[in-house]
Amino acid sequence: MKHILPLNQKARRLWAMVAQSRQQAVALTQDPPPTEYPFGCTTIFAPGWEVDSSGGTNGLCQPIERDLYDCYHTCYWPAQVPDGVTNAPSWTASCGAPMNDWKSIDLVFP
Amino acid sequence: MRLRTVLHRRFHDEHGTAFVYVTPSAAILALDGLAGQLVAGFDVPDGVDDADFVAQHADPAEARRALGDLVDLGVIRPVDEVRPPAAQLPPMPFPLATLVLNVTNKCNLSCTYCYEYGADKIATPAAPGEKRVSRMTEDTARQSIDFLLRSSAERPQVSITFFGGETLLNFPAIRAAVDYAEQQAKAVRKRVHYSLTTNATLLTDEVIDFLTTHRFGITISIDGDAGEQDRHRVWKSGAGSFADMEPRIRKLIATNKERKGRPIGARVTVTRGAKSVIDTYRFLTGDLGFDEVGFAPVTAGPDRTWALGDQGYENLLAEFSTLAEDYVAAAAAGRAHGFANLGDLLRELHQGIHKAHPCGAGLGLLGVSTEGELGLCHRFVESKDHALGSVRKGLDEGKRTAFLEQAHVDHKTDCRVCFAKPLCAGGCYHEAHVRYGDATRANLHYCEWIRGFVDLGLKTYARILRANPKFFARYESS
Ligand code: SF4
Ligand code: SF4
Repeated sequence: MKHILPLNQKARRLWAMVAQSRQQAVALTQDPPPTEYPFGCTTIFAPGWEVDSSGGTNGLCQPIERDLYDCYHTCYWPAQVPDGVTNAPSWTASCGAPMNDWKSIDLVFP
Repeated sequence: MRLRTVLHRRFHDEHGTAFVYVTPSAAILALDGLAGQLVAGFDVPDGVDDADFVAQHADPAEARRALGDLVDLGVIRPVDEVRPPAAQLPPMPFPLATLVLNVTNKCNLSCTYCYEYGADKIATPAAPGEKRVSRMTEDTARQSIDFLLRSSAERPQVSITFFGGETLLNFPAIRAAVDYAEQQAKAVRKRVHYSLTTNATLLTDEVIDFLTTHRFGITISIDGDAGEQDRHRVWKSGAGSFADMEPRIRKLIATNKERKGRPIGARVTVTRGAKSVIDTYRFLTGDLGFDEVGFAPVTAGPDRTWALGDQGYENLLAEFSTLAEDYVAAAAAGRAHGFANLGDLLRELHQGIHKAHPCGAGLGLLGVSTEGELGLCHRFVESKDHALGSVRKGLDEGKRTAFLEQAHVDHKTDCRVCFAKPLCAGGCYHEAHVRYGDATRANLHYCEWIRGFVDLGLKTYARILRANPKFFARYESS
């Protein structure tokens, strides 16, 4: 704010509010900030089954393998990943190195 | 979109810097050339189209940016913006903070201008055969303390102010109230602050010792030096009272300084023909040693010989602005100054106070009559029309709320378009009652004076900020 100087306490508080709400508005128009995902689980619908433009997963925004395996093995994320605890214990048996052979993981039909 | 500058007051300091006091928020802003142009340029009743204004500006990008800031700060707003609904009352019952006990309505002086006895009194005359209690009993004083403590909700501190008549004519009630308050407040873990107003004629060594021991905030009604004091503040015989009070005041001030008590204030009633407030201020602080001096124009119908005429108000304002020079000089050097009217105004300006009601009467403050009846404030307690219950039976919340609703500044048509509204809110209820017979009316006979005084406060505020930017930190609360 280069043309106006808030002088009294009230004006300074008002300006702090304006500045804060502007910062929030700016944040929404920029790239989302790097989020710390909890290991093994996530609260957002992260890419788990997509490929990048070259058909691999290296270009995706985060290692999908982390989701794939951690949800499968440790925390049961039923919507996206077959659960390895009760229903599909050998789902990934065909896949030794997911960065390369993820395509060999088959669908699971409940 | 059509935009318009909201209700405000623009002013300049002696260096030509522009400022604006924004009424809806009570914010004070300094403006550079461009921002000043915008605030003035959009100050048009029907508003101005923002795109046109910006396009015609020499530097459209900067104008757009500054305009955006002013819009976000609420200085320039869309013409058709829906106004927030008229401000409401705070949640009722509002917890009490202060009780003013009229411990007596007798006085040992006969000041010619006094509203308590003179033609401007509002006390309801006693009915034939009705006996009025002119001294508060110790029981009533104690019941008042109970009432205050139970009506103050979560407040950690409450205040008791003793008033009269001449307050010290009933010293036993004061002592009883204080002793009882100390004991009761401890039980509910509250602190109590005491204050009193007196004409000083009854300040004995015993009284001085008591008041300073309990750290009373003391205000002395005194009009100035012997010449001033003795014009109106006289004994029943007509003789002046100065000679009797002077040594007592000196003793009180000396004892209070020794004991590091609270500041002692003088309250000067300004009447027609009074000496300049500058001389009076210098005498009271310099010679007698008062810490603060507050000046109040006399409350009186316009035809009283002591009432200030228009000329009197104008002179008073001119004298106030001379005294403000002293204030600025003291503030620049980091020293407090005792001109209480200006000090209070500067604090309110700095904090950005925004009042819906002119004072705490009926809200955080109530008066108690000698008989224990509750009123809006000490000036209303003898008026049956304004009775709000009693300390024994409790407060008439319905009547209280109805009064506060009606007295809200949003109901005072003239005040709605007044830039000084956040500070004045229509002015004293008692003054309005004396003038118009209706306590909820705005004191329109005062407006010129109020606005002039607020202008003086704004200019002084800007000057002090330049001379000593840290001066106002003393008024900051978080
Ligand atoms: S009484 Fe007069 S000065 Fe006070 S707020 Fe109302 S219009 Fe303004
Ligand atoms: S109504 Fe007037 S006298 Fe009573 S507290 Fe308010 S300003 Fe003071």
